[in-house]
Amino acid sequence: MKPAPFVHHAPTSVAEAVEVLRSVGHDAKVLAGGQSLIPILSMRLASPGHLVDINAVAGLDTVQVSEDGVRVGALVRHAQLARDEAAYAALPLLRQALVHVAHPAIRNRGTAVGSIAHADAAGELPAVLTLTAGVVEAVGPAGVRDIPAGEFFVGPLETALADDELAVAVRFGRFPAGTRTGFAELARRSGDYALAGVAVAITLQDKAVRSATASFVSVTDVPDVLDLTTAVGPDPAAPDLDAVADAVRAHVTPDGDIHATADYRRMLVAELTRRLVTEVLSR
Amino acid sequence: MTHPLATEQLHVVTVSVNGVRRTATVPARRLLSDFLRHDLALTGTHVGCEHGVCGACTVLVDGAPMRSCLMFAVQAQAHEVTTVEGLGTIEAMGPVQQAFTECHGLQCGFCTPGFVTTITAYLEESPDPSADEAREAISGNLCRCTGYQNIVKSVLRAAELRRDRLAAGWERSNCAVVNEGGAGEPS
Ligand SMILES: Cc1cc2nc3c(=O)[nH]c(=O)nc-3n(C[C@H](O)[C@H](O)[C@H](O)COP(=O)(O)OP(=O)(O)OC[C@H]3O[C@@H](n4cnc5c(N)ncnc54)[C@H](O)[C@@H]3O)c2cc1C
Ligand code: FES
Ligand code: FES
Repeated sequence: MKPAPFVHHAPTSVAEAVEVLRSVGHDAKVLAGGQSLIPILSMRLASPGHLVDINAVAGLDTVQVSEDGVRVGALVRHAQLARDEAAYAALPLLRQALVHVAHPAIRNRGTAVGSIAHADAAGELPAVLTLTAGVVEAVGPAGVRDIPAGEFFVGPLETALADDELAVAVRFGRFPAGTRTGFAELARRSGDYALAGVAVAITLQDKAVRSATASFVSVTDVPDVLDLTTAVGPDPAAPDLDAVADAVRAHVTPDGDIHATADYRRMLVAELTRRLVTEVLSR
Repeated sequence: MTHPLATEQLHVVTVSVNGVRRTATVPARRLLSDFLRHDLALTGTHVGCEHGVCGACTVLVDGAPMRSCLMFAVQAQAHEVTTVEGLGTIEAMGPVQQAFTECHGLQCGFCTPGFVTTITAYLEESPDPSADEAREAISGNLCRCTGYQNIVKSVLRAAELRRDRLAAGWERSNCAVVNEGGAGEPS
């Protein structure tokens, strides 16, 4: 099928985009990479009267690395962020996760911020934003506000953004020195949405595990952080993998669908986490 | 009440396709894939799933592979689009096209335009892939009849042909010229 008719707006500044959203936001969608929105329009799952296409908005296509984090503008494509060496040095987890997002052709067009605004429970980047205690920068008629990841994801495909707000950037947090990260997932075919996935961050200090945290893909309604410090235990050479697997199984709330049952996903994500913890600690 | 289609706003859209500026008057909801096929009669670009999964509609936008079913034509203005028609002719095939014919990389040919565009761009970045890398490079394209073995072979053969041609001073593929900011005519 084809998308229903809509009015195409192509603002060139954030102020202009927000002004359009203020007047038609109740019947509008922001169009970023379109890699999730255009299929939805073509399948007529949504038929907004207006699209606010932000691709011509100036100043949204930069990645900025600072002491506090990695700030990613709303027009930074997945592929651009994955290639960014400064972002990789500051937060390797970004590239570790981005290689699992769809296929190269989708990554060339889809945006990191768009996948966070889309808030699919099967998306990799919402889990990464959450694990790094990141923030979404939103601009609306009332001005700018920061929305912490923990408040941003309200439910599957549901966020705290208002109809008339534009996410201009996200800021991923950085981990303390001595932190190692990893990402693992299983998809039926390379590039498909994962049946289950996990991001892990383990901080070592004086050769002991100080902190271990994880967040998940496709097995929780909204991404959240599971503290695995106690389960992993202090010795990086002998993590308690059974305790890790138990903690993960108890935490996740997967649904079953045609691709996999809930039980299988629960088993799978526990096993993925075991292997990932082992791999991260043995580097 | 007037029917929404009666009042649907039309846009005069000009896109540079294979180095030639092409114009058509279309509604904003015209997908780039339909713009190429219906409005410009460039039917080399195929449409399978129309939601990003199959890869048949893949074209190069400023040299990078993208799904033409997941872009609107109005968004392609000011960009350089390369379709399979821009990657060679029957008389002078591009290295990827040549490799597909040599290695039996196609059967019905429905998926082929998407593979050819994807692989052409991939080899620009990775001129000498291993078989595993080749397999990963085509993982976003579906073929329902040839089977992937021969397509992987085609990628490796295309890499070889491309290197030979570059070494022999052959013209580079059209998309390479576009990448370098040229006018789109093979040098
Ligand atoms: C075949 C296929 C496979 C895929 N596989 C994966 C995968 O494995 N993992 C994964 O994570 N994703 C996957 N994706 C989706 C892809 O990552 C998208 O790029 C991403 O979900 C949305 O980003 P976008 O820029 O394309 O957003 P769009 O499609 O333009 O927008 C998505 C939604 O977010 C809203 N939005 C976008 N940007 C903003 C903004 N700045 N402010 C406010 N609202 C905004 C839009 O209004 C819309 O509701 C896949 C897509 C396809 C087609
Ligand atoms: S038709 Fe575009 S990806 Fe299938
Ligand atoms: S050649 Fe027939 S689908 Fe690929």
